[in-house]
Amino acid sequence: MAERGFPQPGRFEGFSALNFALLVALGAVILASMGKVAPSPQQLAEGVPGMASLVGRMLPPNTEPAFLARIGMRILETFQIALVGAAIGIVLSLPIAWCAARGVSPFGRGSFLVKAFVSFLRTVPDLVWALLFVASIGLGAVAGTMTIVVDTIGFCGRFFAEAMEDAEKEPQEALSAIGAGKGSILVGAILPDIMPSLINSSLFAVEKAVRSSVVLGLVGAGGIGQELKVAFDLFQYRNASMIILAIFLIVLVMEICTDKLRARIQ
Amino acid sequence: MLDHLTDIRPAEATARDVPEPLIEARGLCKAYSRRAVVLDGVDLRIEAGERVALIGSNGSGKSTLLKCLIGLHPITGGELTCFGEPVGPQASRAQRLRTRRQTGFVFQKHCLVRRRSVLSNVIHGLFGEAGSWRAFCHSLAPEDWRGRAMEALDAVNLADKAMLRADTLSGGQQQRVAVARALVRRPRLLIADEPAASLDPVSGRNVMELFSTLCREHDITLLYTSHDMAHATAYADRVVALKGGRVHFDRPVAKVSRANLHDVFDG
Repeated sequence: MAERGFPQPGRFEGFSALNFALLVALGAVILASMGKVAPSPQQLAEGVPGMASLVGRMLPPNTEPAFLARIGMRILETFQIALVGAAIGIVLSLPIAWCAARGVSPFGRGSFLVKAFVSFLRTVPDLVWALLFVASIGLGAVAGTMTIVVDTIGFCGRFFAEAMEDAEKEPQEALSAIGAGKGSILVGAILPDIMPSLINSSLFAVEKAVRSSVVLGLVGAGGIGQELKVAFDLFQYRNASMIILAIFLIVLVMEICTDKLRARIQ
Repeated sequence: MLDHLTDIRPAEATARDVPEPLIEARGLCKAYSRRAVVLDGVDLRIEAGERVALIGSNGSGKSTLLKCLIGLHPITGGELTCFGEPVGPQASRAQRLRTRRQTGFVFQKHCLVRRRSVLSNVIHGLFGEAGSWRAFCHSLAPEDWRGRAMEALDAVNLADKAMLRADTLSGGQQQRVAVARALVRRPRLLIADEPAASLDPVSGRNVMELFSTLCREHDITLLYTSHDMAHATAYADRVVALKGGRVHFDRPVAKVSRANLHDVFDG
């Protein structure tokens, strides 16, 4: 190849010594952690027969009509927890997101406090919220619904606020120029612009709520998860396999439904 | 067609009744930072009923001046009154809102809410009067608002497009919707920031003629910016030229020569 008039870049040009040191340190942390918590080949080899034995005891799934009827009722309760919790959470998320959105919030620079509150709701895991609500409200579906409400506010509050911050600025300026207040700008310019994004986030929230609600029963917050815990506690593995199958089906059905709805609003 | 606007403007709101001058700026300054001084001592006086073209090269401060006039951008020096009320940092929020509510503003890029109907966008023009959740879309808006919006749309010949989504219209039609939105609230002053810049020559001329006709027939004071020399001289009584953040010249259209205009855009 002909000699060029500019210097050839080195193989590691732009890769600083600091970056290299950080990469090595990260690798060392992962390797050290693997020694403590990753399964060894011996553990895996010993675990396979145990797993095969468990699967054997789980088959065939229990299909007794009385049991299926009970599971059906629990699935219905799970759906109710998810839908009611998500609906309340989505409705509450709208004003909270408005207060949290930078440049849109009626609280001006105070919006970061609301954003911090939403972050707090989001960072605490749903099972921890469920434990708190079970302890304060008592065992059952209401604690599960409250958990989903809080979890949905944490999720939707963030995404709604980000969508409001990213909404088209020109229509907002046009309304501001004619003396419209912040509330009118929200209703007239911001919400119509971000509506597809709001619907999309809401559908994800419903999907997430269904997934969460199936495990909330493990800590006594109602739904199908409670049956799963009882089945494992009493070594009723055929019941457990039927419940896992039911959970798989409801999550699958919900994902198909929300995917179809999302495709329609694109 | 234009009679509709006469019907919807109350008699006490005509521009001739407003104490003159409508706009008065003395030594107006606007700086975004120490180095970014956009307006550097602008003196401007606009009487009620006048049609004024504001010209100048890119970065001369035309759009900033327009936005300062209604308090969208806070001024950093000088004095500014609009409709006899101060529009500066010393103005209260209520005073700023009063000024904006008597003004119609048309932007270069029409700034419509794309996903809403043409009618909803015109109804948005009434937010200054009373904003509420009912402003979300035209079906929720009060009957009176819908009627007034339809009259304004009729005035710009778009009544038949009222139920279409705003982003399905052509650029010229969208700009006419923006004009209807600005006029629906019976403004005393209409400010237009390069309203024809994003349009083809024919649509641009149509929009400028619409402005000119509506403002002349209904005593609306018109202040617009333009890069098009033909637009600047054809639809205004007076031309104000900005250069380097100051008023370069301010004279009636009849006394503006081609050399004057070229001088504004030279270096």
